[in-house]
Amino acid sequence: MKLSKSLQTLINPLSKENPVIVQVLGICSALAVTAKLEPAVVMTISVTAVLAFSNVIISLLRKTIPTSIRIIVQLVVVAALVVIVDQVLKAFAYDVSKQLSVFIGLIITNCIIMGRLEAFALNNRPYASFLDGVGNGLGYGIILIIVAFFRELLGSGTLFGIQVIPQWCYDHGYVNNGMMILPPMALITVACIIWVHRIKNKDLQE
Amino acid sequence: MSKLKEKIDSLKPKFEKGGKLYPLHSVFDGFYTFLFTPNETSRSGVHIHDANDAKRTMITVIVALLPCMLFGMWNVGYQHALATGDADHSLFHLFFYGLWAVLPQIVTAYVVGLGIEFIVAQMRGHEIQEGFLVSGILIPMICPVDTPCWMIAVATAFAVIFAKEVFGGTGYNFLNVALVTRAFLFFAYPAKMSGDGVFVSLGDAASVDGYSGATPLGQLASSTTPGVVELTGVDGAAINLSDLFWGFVPGSWGETSTFCILIGMVILLLTGIASWRIIVSAAGGGFLMALLANHFASPLYPVTFVSPVEQLCLGGFAFAMVFMATDPVTACRTNTGKVIYGFLCGAIAILIRCYNTGYPEGAMLAVLLMNCFASLIDYCVVNVNVRRRRKRAMISQ
Repeated sequence: MKLSKSLQTLINPLSKENPVIVQVLGICSALAVTAKLEPAVVMTISVTAVLAFSNVIISLLRKTIPTSIRIIVQLVVVAALVVIVDQVLKAFAYDVSKQLSVFIGLIITNCIIMGRLEAFALNNRPYASFLDGVGNGLGYGIILIIVAFFRELLGSGTLFGIQVIPQWCYDHGYVNNGMMILPPMALITVACIIWVHRIKNKDLQE
Repeated sequence: MSKLKEKIDSLKPKFEKGGKLYPLHSVFDGFYTFLFTPNETSRSGVHIHDANDAKRTMITVIVALLPCMLFGMWNVGYQHALATGDADHSLFHLFFYGLWAVLPQIVTAYVVGLGIEFIVAQMRGHEIQEGFLVSGILIPMICPVDTPCWMIAVATAFAVIFAKEVFGGTGYNFLNVALVTRAFLFFAYPAKMSGDGVFVSLGDAASVDGYSGATPLGQLASSTTPGVVELTGVDGAAINLSDLFWGFVPGSWGETSTFCILIGMVILLLTGIASWRIIVSAAGGGFLMALLANHFASPLYPVTFVSPVEQLCLGGFAFAMVFMATDPVTACRTNTGKVIYGFLCGAIAILIRCYNTGYPEGAMLAVLLMNCFASLIDYCVVNVNVRRRRKRAMISQ
């Protein structure tokens, strides 16, 4: 089945060109915000929003930006969007924004965003750039959510803060795995996802 | 024995290429070579074989571990008797209590670890490696006696897969598998791995008055009084250096007796399996660091008041340095490297023990840390040698 070009731009980053597990970008925040599902979902939405809109803006400006200062222009656009996202979160989801603390601000330095601006938005039309931004944001987010799912389930026994492992398990000696809360296990969980993904996609194996 | 051999030989064709059970040939090989020496010889060229192979090396280490293992089982029973006021101190009574307490853990560690090794060997079409033979017994020996079996199963599976099989299996791991298991347990289930409720097996019996299950190091770590801490056994009686040396104290059950560890050390050194450089320099490093800490003893860190000799007998230091640091796969290969590696293992273990109040014992973390640096140390040693020889060659030209 041949997908249309714009659909491909949207779908490809979810698996074959996934920014986290194939290009290995944005790992730092993937480790930092995935101890619980809620911050991971909020982070996904934030990054997707910033990435999609910065892609559109840079794509609109692509003919007027002088190449010698393009990185600075990109940074200004991204920083402005991140500040907006930060303010929105503070206004409407204060608790989560406290949990995410500096990591919202650090979206500015997320390699995925600069990477997509450089690689895609500078050479493509706004609509395609928008789809690319949404696709990459979701591709990043899907990994975040999978990692956070396992870390919260095994580390705290909850999902979105709701107890899912029944009490009788604890009564019979089950104990939450404290190591899942620590950053090393996020790295190992990402590694497991990469492992499974490479088994499914033999062409990605080095 | 010859009957058994005939029986197994008659099964052999089924597992050979083309046979019905060929996919399981590595399992068959594993069991076969465990029982008998294969009579296959190399067909081409000249090959030099050592009389020692991996299997025999592993068995020797198990033999070296036997004194610690047997004493540890007895000590589990002894601590239980002290803690519950049981007056029956006969040798067999105490030993069999300990044996029954630790047997489930040993079986769990072996079943899980060997199970994974067998599955991976099948998947890769390799022969089964015997590397888990030693790890399987080390894992329960360095855990508290009350560790639940399912935790040991989870931790063993984690360690065998992520510390060994993903790097290529036995001989390719850069971290000691048994220590990774313990580290996983320590960070994942801290409530079951430290404190005063896990190191003495009480069973269903009630404890005596004045009972405290804290290990000597645990008492030191949680001490709030400045100055020298009076160590006590589980029944509240004071313990001294000879108790620590012979091992009549609570602790992870394999590592309490320094004397039994020394017997094991002699076996390992006589058979040439452990490197004396590592053991000597580790003891030296630990001793020097303990001396230094003792000289600058401060009431903030109660462990610093312990004398250097006691430091070497306390906790898992001796066990880790003799059986873990000397693991030939994860230690340094060059002789100079071994000395540096051992020294740092010992020094860092005491350093963590003295100054990091979060960790009562530092031997595990020290050896794991030095495992990470082992190949770097080797690299530096080799390059220094290369540079020195090159310089010499330049001068002579």
